[in-house]
Amino acid sequence: MRDIKSFVEAGLIGQFPGGIHPPERKSPANQQPLRRLPLPAELVLPLRQHIGPSGQCLVKVGDNVLKGQQLTEAKLSQGLPLHAPTSGTVSAIEERPTAHASGLPEMAIVITPDGDDRWGPKQPLPDFRQQDRATLIEHIQAAGIAGLGGAGFPTAQKLASQKPIQYLIINGVECEPYICADDRLMREQADEIVSGIQILQYISNAEQVLLAIEDNKPEAIECMRNAITGIDDISLRVVPTKYPSGGEKQLIELLTGAQVPHNQLPLDVGLLMQNTGTAYAVKRAIIDGEPLLERVVTLTGECMHTPGNVWALLGTPIDHLLQQGNFQAEEETRVIMGGPMMGFTLPVTAVPVIKTTNCILTPTLEELPPAQAEMACIRCGACAEVCPATLQPQQLQWLAKAKDYDALEQHNLFDCIECGACAYVCPSEIPLVHYYRKAKAEIRNIAREKAKAELARQRFERRQQRLEREKQERLERHRKAAEARKKMQQEKAQQSAPAADQPAATKPAQDKSSAVAAAIARAKAKKAAQQAAQQESSDKDT
Amino acid sequence: MSIVVGLIAIGVLALIFGIILGFAAVKFKVESDPIVDQIDEILPQTQCGQCGYPGCRPYAEAIANGDDINKCPPGGEATIKQLADLMGVEAKPLDAAHGTEDVKKVAVIREDECIGCTKCIQACPVDAILGAAKQMHTVIEHECTGCDLCVEPCPVDCIDMVPVKAKPETWQWDLKSVKANVSMADNIPVKMVE
Repeated sequence: MRDIKSFVEAGLIGQFPGGIHPPERKSPANQQPLRRLPLPAELVLPLRQHIGPSGQCLVKVGDNVLKGQQLTEAKLSQGLPLHAPTSGTVSAIEERPTAHASGLPEMAIVITPDGDDRWGPKQPLPDFRQQDRATLIEHIQAAGIAGLGGAGFPTAQKLASQKPIQYLIINGVECEPYICADDRLMREQADEIVSGIQILQYISNAEQVLLAIEDNKPEAIECMRNAITGIDDISLRVVPTKYPSGGEKQLIELLTGAQVPHNQLPLDVGLLMQNTGTAYAVKRAIIDGEPLLERVVTLTGECMHTPGNVWALLGTPIDHLLQQGNFQAEEETRVIMGGPMMGFTLPVTAVPVIKTTNCILTPTLEELPPAQAEMACIRCGACAEVCPATLQPQQLQWLAKAKDYDALEQHNLFDCIECGACAYVCPSEIPLVHYYRKAKAEIRNIAREKAKAELARQRFERRQQRLEREKQERLERHRKAAEARKKMQQEKAQQSAPAADQPAATKPAQDKSSAVAAAIARAKAKKAAQQAAQQESSDKDT
Repeated sequence: MSIVVGLIAIGVLALIFGIILGFAAVKFKVESDPIVDQIDEILPQTQCGQCGYPGCRPYAEAIANGDDINKCPPGGEATIKQLADLMGVEAKPLDAAHGTEDVKKVAVIREDECIGCTKCIQACPVDAILGAAKQMHTVIEHECTGCDLCVEPCPVDCIDMVPVKAKPETWQWDLKSVKANVSMADNIPVKMVE
């Protein structure tokens, strides 16, 4: 790790392989100040918004909730809690379409706002340097903060690592075209971001903080530079504009000159990366005691007539955002959640904003023409040149088409970050990333099926064992009963031979048999009486 | 005389090496994975019996003894391919006599019609049905292998086989819409014109 240290101390900026330079198109959305929106008619909060399982629901339909009130419960390493983004009533807990490319429904809490926006009790920890690390991590977990950059990994889980951290990297690169949510946030809330960074540094105990911003955001760079003047252990790093330099591993290579080894996490080499938006959310959680209730969303694309960045409450329906962005649909307009490289087209616009929604893009057909029909691969190798993970995209594509999953894993399919650079440069218009996504999902499904099959096999075997055991027990019982009978008969024979009458022994048996006979007789009499009664009644009827 | 010495010497050497080999055979014994276990690993463990054997393991034993590898409809083509690789035989199409490949299903009991006869519980090969005599029965959905065996014994026909519902985590990207370019969906990353 010594070479990382010397590299960073020299203030160098490295390079990562591959990458592309698509048109940036950050304006006009980045020219407008951050706006707050009127409350929507309802807020839809899917129980699961991030990697990991969903929490336990704490409210029921009809409950009144205050702003910031906890709605679901989740322990560390088991997902994140959700909070009410505004005060109102829980109007339903039901399945709603989610912000996923499939649009499949998932369980969600629906809140109808009352318009008062009344806060519940807040629990701020303003003098965080007096607190110990565990308390702060717990606080961040309870605030429901997920990484706001992309994947939505629970922040507290990342911070809870016991590994020593050398450098904390704050990612303000935002390399994907169109998206400028972090850009706007850095311009307007630089001081709050810096206090968030200081909290993160305190918790992670990092020696130094590297704040990375791409050189196409001069205003944000200026604002952040002003905000960190006088703070020695935060240093600003301006990285050249190239897609995807905001990827975790790519940015690490830029800033430290070293690669994170295959199958390892940045934590394993003493690095921790957090997004600027996450730093801001951490500040709000610790200093102000406000859980994660809202995030910045970029509304952009030529169909959006009032582009810009807005503070959107979690759960705000995309319809509401489109309306606020003055969206005018043209023929075959797509509504894309995320950017043009890594986002996905929404099948329905009734889905809500979740913790990882950073952009709503509504391009016209001229602006972003649709993909052409796929043609045959001409083996030009352009995809391999731009792959930031130095994979072999065309090889992976063939393997994916052949469904050769073992070979795909050997070719490190899971190192693919799905940045889309390969598909962007492909002259044959092959939707390469789709093949990888499909193959990845298929491999995960196969693993899941395999685990299920193993469980079924165990249950089957246990059942076979149980049936076998029961059979043995039955046989054993029968054998014992037969032995007992035999013994009885032998005893009887012996008894009847020497002494003909032994009333004491036989009497109970006799009593028993006579009692049974009497019971049978009674039952017969009863039945006869019943039949007679029936006969009588039927006679009467006729 | 020298012949006798030679014979004795070689005899002693043979004895020593024999002992070493015998000891090594015990000490360094390799637990080889028996072929039946490997086959059983590949089979889908639905325990449905469509192959004509009472469960996946008996069929695995039959394959090891030379039975055909194309009798498993739930496993389908993928399983046949894997079995062919393992056994070193030619992959062949699924034997239609044993059924055809179908979507994954699970059993669902229409609970208000259930009379509580326990017949399905006895038929279930993986104990995935819960209930008792004269009590309503229900299927533990995530344990059900979709083997179909509970449907036939039910005297009131209250068990349905329903296809497994897609969830976001098991959902598959549909490449057809991209390939045929009929739908506008899914064409990300979008090409940009300068």
